[in-house]
Amino acid sequence: MAKIDLDQHPPYLYPDYKSSAFRGPTQDPIDFSCLTALSPSEVVAEFAGGLRNRFGVGDLDHDLIRNAQQGGIPLGERMVVSGQVLSQWGKPEPGVLIEVWQGNASGRYAHKVDDHDAPLDPNFLGVGRCITDKEGRYRFYTIKPGAYPWKNHPNAWRPQHIHFSLIGESIADRLVTQMYFPGDPLLDYDPIFTAVPDSAKEHVISTLDLSITEADFALGYHFDIVLAGANATPVDSEHD
Amino acid sequence: MKSDLPLTPSQTLGPYFTIGLNQSENEGRLASPLGNEITGEGEIISIAGRVIDGNGDPVPDALIEIRQADASGSFSNPGFFGLARSHTGENLEAKYSFITIKPGAATELEAPYISVAIYMRGLLTHVYTRLYFSDESSANEKDALLNQVSEARQHTLIAHHNESEGIYEFDIHMQGKNETVFFQL
Repeated sequence: MAKIDLDQHPPYLYPDYKSSAFRGPTQDPIDFSCLTALSPSEVVAEFAGGLRNRFGVGDLDHDLIRNAQQGGIPLGERMVVSGQVLSQWGKPEPGVLIEVWQGNASGRYAHKVDDHDAPLDPNFLGVGRCITDKEGRYRFYTIKPGAYPWKNHPNAWRPQHIHFSLIGESIADRLVTQMYFPGDPLLDYDPIFTAVPDSAKEHVISTLDLSITEADFALGYHFDIVLAGANATPVDSEHD
Repeated sequence: MKSDLPLTPSQTLGPYFTIGLNQSENEGRLASPLGNEITGEGEIISIAGRVIDGNGDPVPDALIEIRQADASGSFSNPGFFGLARSHTGENLEAKYSFITIKPGAATELEAPYISVAIYMRGLLTHVYTRLYFSDESSANEKDALLNQVSEARQHTLIAHHNESEGIYEFDIHMQGKNETVFFQL
């Protein structure tokens, strides 16, 4: 059995998401597990480890409230997002690089191709990164991103979200996803979100968590992330 | 093999990923920890190509990540990292490019290859493929994974060595008659 169960991820082609029609592959991927049975080598690039703790991060990289200030404080609702990165086998994943990017409180990205007519914030870049600790935990400080319109369909607005990219032990433990907010009424109208299998939708929505809220400063959201995980490869699966 | 926890589902990286995953769009204010160059002992090579969509148009906002062995075919060389990142938004031709060293074959049943992951707006879950080298045809013939691919589609995995420009050319076709072979890990 493959290490990455594609049925738990959105499909390559999802008609409501217009740009998938020309960009998603149409043929089934070839199952890699045939290779590990054939190859005398137990290590191939896709499962080769060694990516933990290979990246350096700066002191303010995890703090998007402060890491791009230019003489002022960013506008918007301050928030903390924190959680634990785990493998699908339930083990904490330390040393994982998490990179995040997002729009500002007005729903505008500090990116040259974003032409949404909402103001940039000179004190907010919307980019951060951190490394998970020994228990696989991470913590970012940021501004709650705004919703913004896009051209997929009439009155299409992306729900509020933060982009997450994770690099675990190997590239098989690679994930790019988006974190959403509880109760957002735009979720049901967003084809990027609705493409997620129903049973998995709750796993891209954060939860409000007063235990990580910092009093009189920032509201806390909890978001755990499960990667395929470095601790069981298709080779190991023969012994299960 | 039953896992204990459901995977966090993938989502597209969208059109604005370069501010977070590449330093080029944020004026270097928070530099990416991953560049498009891999250094080490061995033959220095260049790789470049485009990502082509189902209309035959180049995709100008795709992210490409590569992982490879060192020149001896090893992944356990502590002095060799073997991971790099490039995207197709840097130039008008919508080409990604890498400078790296040519990987060695890990075993006699494998050809030298580079593992390639592709991400883009419109792609809800990223895909994996492999790059093999056109000037390694005898090694390619015995490669365990290439032999799992139908002969008609094997060419989609082989980078063409353009000797006059000193570059390996590797276009990735998301759809169409030349649709690249992708793998499920």
